[in-house]
Amino acid sequence: MAKLYSECPQKKENLNPKEETIDFLLNYSKALSVIHCNNLKFEALQN
Amino acid sequence: MRHELITDAVLVRNYIDGDESALSILIHRHKQKIYSFIYSKVFDRDVTEDIFQDAFIKVIKNLKLGKYNEEGKFLPWVMRISHNLVIDHFRKNNRMPKFDNSGEFSIFSVLGDPSLNAEKRIIKDQVECDLRRLIEELPEDQKEVLMMRMYKDMSFKEISERTGVSINTALGRMRYALINLRKVIDKNNIILTN
Repeated sequence: MAKLYSECPQKKENLNPKEETIDFLLNYSKALSVIHCNNLKFEALQN
Repeated sequence: MRHELITDAVLVRNYIDGDESALSILIHRHKQKIYSFIYSKVFDRDVTEDIFQDAFIKVIKNLKLGKYNEEGKFLPWVMRISHNLVIDHFRKNNRMPKFDNSGEFSIFSVLGDPSLNAEKRIIKDQVECDLRRLIEELPEDQKEVLMMRMYKDMSFKEISERTGVSINTALGRMRYALINLRKVIDKNNIILTN
C-alpha cells in the first residue's frame, strides 16, 4: 500500500508551561503583599 | 489525587487567607488547559509562555487585592483573562506587524540583501580593473572624454568647455571610445560581466 507523504503526522505536543514560568509565578506570589491603609490598597513587591 | 478533592473555591479561599501552596495546586491543576487555550490562538511557544505568565500575574494581583468574587468559576475567570491578553497581543501586533517567516510567504523573497557577496565583489573588482586597463589603451583624446563622462560624471557641455572642443566633437570622441573598447573586448574575448 502506497504511503501518503503529503501530510505530516500530527505530533502529540506536550502543551505545558515551563517549570521556570511556574516557579516565577509562585515566587512572585510570595513576594507580593498588599498593604491596606485607610481604605486604600498598596501593592508591595519584596525581593 | 488528594489535591483533586479540594475544590478550586476552597483553594482560592485558602490562598487569599495566605496559603501559598494553594496557588501552586491551582496552577498545576489548570496549567495545561490554560496553556493549550493560549497556544491554540497564538501558535507560538514563547508568546504563549508570556501570556500564561501575564495571566497568572493578573490572577495573583486580583486575588490578593480581593477583587475576585468566588462563584465557583475560577477556571473560566482565568480563561477570560487569558483571552483578553491574547486579544491585546494581536492588537499590539497589528500596530507593529511582525514577519515570522514561517508561512509560505517569505519576506526575503521581496527583501534582498543588496550588498554583494565575497565572490561577486571580487569579480566586480576584477571587471573594473580590466576595464580600466582597456581604457588606458585608448587614444588620449577619446580616453579623456570617456573618463570625464563616466568616472567624473561631467556633462558633454562641461567636457567641451574643459577640453576646448565643441560638444559634437566630444560626443564623437565618446562614440569612438566606446566603439574601440567594444572592438578590443570582442577581439580578445574579454568577459566583462558579473
